[in-house]
Amino acid sequence: MTTNFISVQGLARRFPDPTGSGETTVFDNVWFDVAEGEFFCVVGHSGCGKSTILNILAGLDHPSAGTIIAGGVHVDGPSLDRAVIFQGHALMPWLTALQNVQLAVTSRHPNWTKAQVRDHAMKFLALVHLDHAADKKPSQLSGGMKQRVGIARALSIEPKILLMDEPFSALDALTRGSLQDEVLEMRARTKQTTFMITHDVDEAMLLADKILLMTNGPNARVAEIVENTLPKSRARTDLHKHANYYPLRNHLIDFLVTRSAVMARDDAADYDPKNPPIVRPTHAVAAVGPRLFSGGAAGANETPTDLKPGDQVHAPTLSTKQPAA
Amino acid sequence: MAIPMRLRAGLLSFLILATFLFAWHIAVSGRSDVAKLDPEYAKLVGATVTQGKSAMPGPIDVGRKLWQLVSDPFYDRGTNDKGIGIQLGYSIGRVALGFGLAAAVAIPLGFLIGMSPLMSAALNPFIQVLKPISPLAWMPLALYTIKDSTISAIFVIFICSLWPMLINTAFGVATVRKDWLNVAKTLEMSPGRTAWRVILPAAAPTILTGMRISIGIAWLVIVAAEMLVGGTGIGYFVWNEWNNLSITNVINSILLIGLVGMVLDQLLAQLQHAVAYAD
Repeated sequence: MTTNFISVQGLARRFPDPTGSGETTVFDNVWFDVAEGEFFCVVGHSGCGKSTILNILAGLDHPSAGTIIAGGVHVDGPSLDRAVIFQGHALMPWLTALQNVQLAVTSRHPNWTKAQVRDHAMKFLALVHLDHAADKKPSQLSGGMKQRVGIARALSIEPKILLMDEPFSALDALTRGSLQDEVLEMRARTKQTTFMITHDVDEAMLLADKILLMTNGPNARVAEIVENTLPKSRARTDLHKHANYYPLRNHLIDFLVTRSAVMARDDAADYDPKNPPIVRPTHAVAAVGPRLFSGGAAGANETPTDLKPGDQVHAPTLSTKQPAA
Repeated sequence: MAIPMRLRAGLLSFLILATFLFAWHIAVSGRSDVAKLDPEYAKLVGATVTQGKSAMPGPIDVGRKLWQLVSDPFYDRGTNDKGIGIQLGYSIGRVALGFGLAAAVAIPLGFLIGMSPLMSAALNPFIQVLKPISPLAWMPLALYTIKDSTISAIFVIFICSLWPMLINTAFGVATVRKDWLNVAKTLEMSPGRTAWRVILPAAAPTILTGMRISIGIAWLVIVAAEMLVGGTGIGYFVWNEWNNLSITNVINSILLIGLVGMVLDQLLAQLQHAVAYAD
């Protein structure tokens, strides 16, 4: 692997109790790696600390234990190499769309001339199809447009890693869909390492290469890492026609509905936090990694029965990580 | 009705003014039939007794005098006889100086308090004690230490303008949205650049609110301060005219004080409008 990757090692975050008597551990002993160019998604319920992980990764929060190496550097504060797309766009309302992006560009390139900064900012506004609204204030833009300016701002500093904190959760379904398409399109071009927090299973399936599942907090931990078994070139329109769609979706939904709570209670004997189980749900084989949790794990990875006649069924894609079961 | 709201409001305002002036005129004008008196005696006891005319000037007298005052505002015929424009100019100058100095202290200090919870907690007791003190209570101490009445008046303006600006700046800075500060952090903006490009514009509407309150208080206080220190200024003018028993001029001064106060407030309102942002 090249130097541009993220390595999260034994991360923990504890907050003092409101009473002041003790501490609450949000998550503990979290280990995972993100390869360069990978789209990595974290899914979990509210309170599992997924936003906290992102904030630590962004350098806005500090871990109680453990470290993060990103791009070969120890994360110890914010950096222009790690751009954040915030949940609530976080645009400066007194600046126009263009000025918001320019603020970021001048931070990255303090020595550029005004014309250079402007051209660069316009280029990225055009990337999110907002060059026509460059001189509008955020209050004059719709929710989706604001978030697109936020994306343009993050991309304009050309970061090594893009961090997205539930970027589309405040948007309506239609806008969310078109923005997801734009992110797909952009990713196809830039191949940027991306770390995204979401609670939307469909969003994760569409965008992510790997999906990290976290158990319920407090004391949350990595439950497993699910590899996206859908083909790389996916589109929102025909995603659901793929044979692996339902196995993958069922696996994720099943986790969120039941297993995230069950796993938070019961610790498996063979659970190794440094090597969380890797799962590849496909339509053919229950491809389960080195993981034998109690609580309905088996049912999740079965061959789907909800495939309709006429649905395209692909040849079984066997996991390379499948254990000799 | 098709008449726009603004026009209707204007008409109503005019009607209220006309009614007030008319009522004023009626209230102070005397009987027209002069009692059959010895003219010499009537002259001696005055119109109040002979015609039932009020000692209060009527709107026409006041208006005539006002025209006199504003048509030659800048004459200077010695200590106690200066044009109204000069007197107002002195007052505005003192307010501008005191207010300007207060802004120069309050805004940076407010930034410090707003950004540092430690400074906020440490300075809070002082602010709470100093804030409710009537600015005129500082006057004797100012006169004693500064030994100059004009500078003392400016000091009093300074001290009364300070608190609203200080408190509002600190509040505005402390309540800047965390998201915006996080953006600044992830863009690796220096503290100075963050203060200038993010915190100042974010807090500007709140700071301007404080400045508007301050200028209002300063203009209230300058009249009283000038009555005390004397010499020049609109406050001194009012007191001087009271000593001259020129109620007409007192009324005119009151009117002009109100107008100037409104203009000062409107100037800052324009500025406030310029820095306002819709979220």
